[in-house]
Amino acid sequence: MTSTVRVSDVAKVFGRVEAVRGASFTLGQGELVALIGHNGAGKTTLMKLMLGLIRPTSGAIEVLGDNPAAGEFAGRRQLGYLPENVSFDPALTGRETQAFYARLKREPVAKALELLDAVGLGAASRRRVNTYSKGMRQRLGLAQALLGEPRVLLLDEPTTGLDPELRQTFYDIIERLAARGATVLLSSHALTELEERAGRVIIMNRGIKVADGSIDELRRLARLPTRIRLKVAGLASSEMPPWAPNDAACRRLNGHIVEIDAAPERKIELLHRATAAGNSVEDVDVVPPTLDELYAHFLRQSEQAP
Amino acid sequence: MNVLIIAAKEIHQAIRNRWVLAATLLLAGLALSLTFLGSAPTGNVGVRTLDVVVVSLSSLTIFLVPLIALLISHDAIVGEMERGTMLLLLSYPVARWQVLLGKFLGHLAVLAFATCLGYGAAVGALAATGSQIDSDSFLAFAAMVGSSVLLGAAFVAIGYLVSALVRDRGTAAGICIGLWLLLVLIYDMALLGVLALDQGRSISASVLNAMLLSNPTDAYRLINLTGFANVSTFAGMAGLAQTTSLTIPVLLTALLCWTLLPLGLAALAFSRREL
Repeated sequence: MTSTVRVSDVAKVFGRVEAVRGASFTLGQGELVALIGHNGAGKTTLMKLMLGLIRPTSGAIEVLGDNPAAGEFAGRRQLGYLPENVSFDPALTGRETQAFYARLKREPVAKALELLDAVGLGAASRRRVNTYSKGMRQRLGLAQALLGEPRVLLLDEPTTGLDPELRQTFYDIIERLAARGATVLLSSHALTELEERAGRVIIMNRGIKVADGSIDELRRLARLPTRIRLKVAGLASSEMPPWAPNDAACRRLNGHIVEIDAAPERKIELLHRATAAGNSVEDVDVVPPTLDELYAHFLRQSEQAP
Repeated sequence: MNVLIIAAKEIHQAIRNRWVLAATLLLAGLALSLTFLGSAPTGNVGVRTLDVVVVSLSSLTIFLVPLIALLISHDAIVGEMERGTMLLLLSYPVARWQVLLGKFLGHLAVLAFATCLGYGAAVGALAATGSQIDSDSFLAFAAMVGSSVLLGAAFVAIGYLVSALVRDRGTAAGICIGLWLLLVLIYDMALLGVLALDQGRSISASVLNAMLLSNPTDAYRLINLTGFANVSTFAGMAGLAQTTSLTIPVLLTALLCWTLLPLGLAALAFSRREL
């Protein structure tokens, strides 16, 4: 796997605020990476550093072979960026805006205008940008980020303001790009959406990278329990079934559902015990820890660490 | 290439925002009114009308063109940063100096268009009403239009320098108004005051020349009022025109420096900016 973005021990200080501290990671071709963290965790700062909009206080960054801090920008022809709260010159129409950005990337304008239809801007593209709603501006923002088959896509909160249908289209588009070898780094608060799609998750807290890995790896690291929910027939409302383990948290949910917090390696054993006990189990649900829970876990962990 | 793409977009935007229309109409309106009302005191007999127009119009230009130039340039950088459009633009494969130069060419084109068309209207009107225009007068007029554009370029560059240095648009606007007042009004008054007090004791001619060259509006004034013999007669500057060592090439160089120096400094400041 060839790396497209390399961040080595980067720190960025604004006055007295340490926005990023000692962050290191490498992003490879075809990776779809979610960058998550609170507001002010350093996500936007990291993207700006990759674009050379700001210079690191220490450490080094390489993006598509360029050192952005030194003002090198040859690789930016193959880079797409969607800033948080994207804005455009209000006097121009969507088509004019897209054509301008296409020229800067030396992309054929006709092809660039097709992207406007792909993001569903359609007829609105002939109107001036100052008449656009937040969602329409976001669509235009996406269209310009997708110009020219980017090899690196940096998307800062890309799905805010998009309706559910377009969200789906958006994720389809970036998954297709990632499959063709593009590196996609996207920051978001919509963790449930990312859960199924991101191959890798980087969690930031107060400028420090607190976790980095695939969701499965993070689950293993976090050792959060998997929830097993069993629908059991013929059980009094406060009673626990006889096969319920003594050494794991169990509780009753509405009426006849028993929920067990199972350590990852005990899942199968507990399921065996429940089903071996007879026919009383009618249904079963296994819920692995969600990205939300993992995120909360790693944040707690990093807050406790000195 | 990038520079031209950005310049073209600036021009496009200026047309959309009606900057071009407003500036052209303003300059044309004033030029026309000066041409017809301004010739009242001299009458129309035996006077070369266009020379009078050059004198009155260049005095007007000193107030107006720097103001228009600063208006369009003061938020070129800080304004785009505040609106957030600079963030996206700089993520594209363009260097920051290319952005600045592109904007400069675009704004200068707008200003040049407005000046040529606006002032050209005055000549057109004179020709249409049957005034005699000889080639000397026309040359002086063309030089006036050209140097007006150059004066505008200097103030566009000064506006960029302010825009690249300050944190918000309000500050940029304030500083630009201050600079306009200083360079257009206060400087000359102060200079006159100093000269009157000094009575020629310690301020030599070369010091005075240096003081005149260190203000772009004075360089512009001297080009137009002393540079052409036919005009300097009307400007009451014929005596000065014969003795001054500030020739047109020197004055033009001064204006050019007033453009290139702030532009270079603005590029430097902009390249250091973080956003």
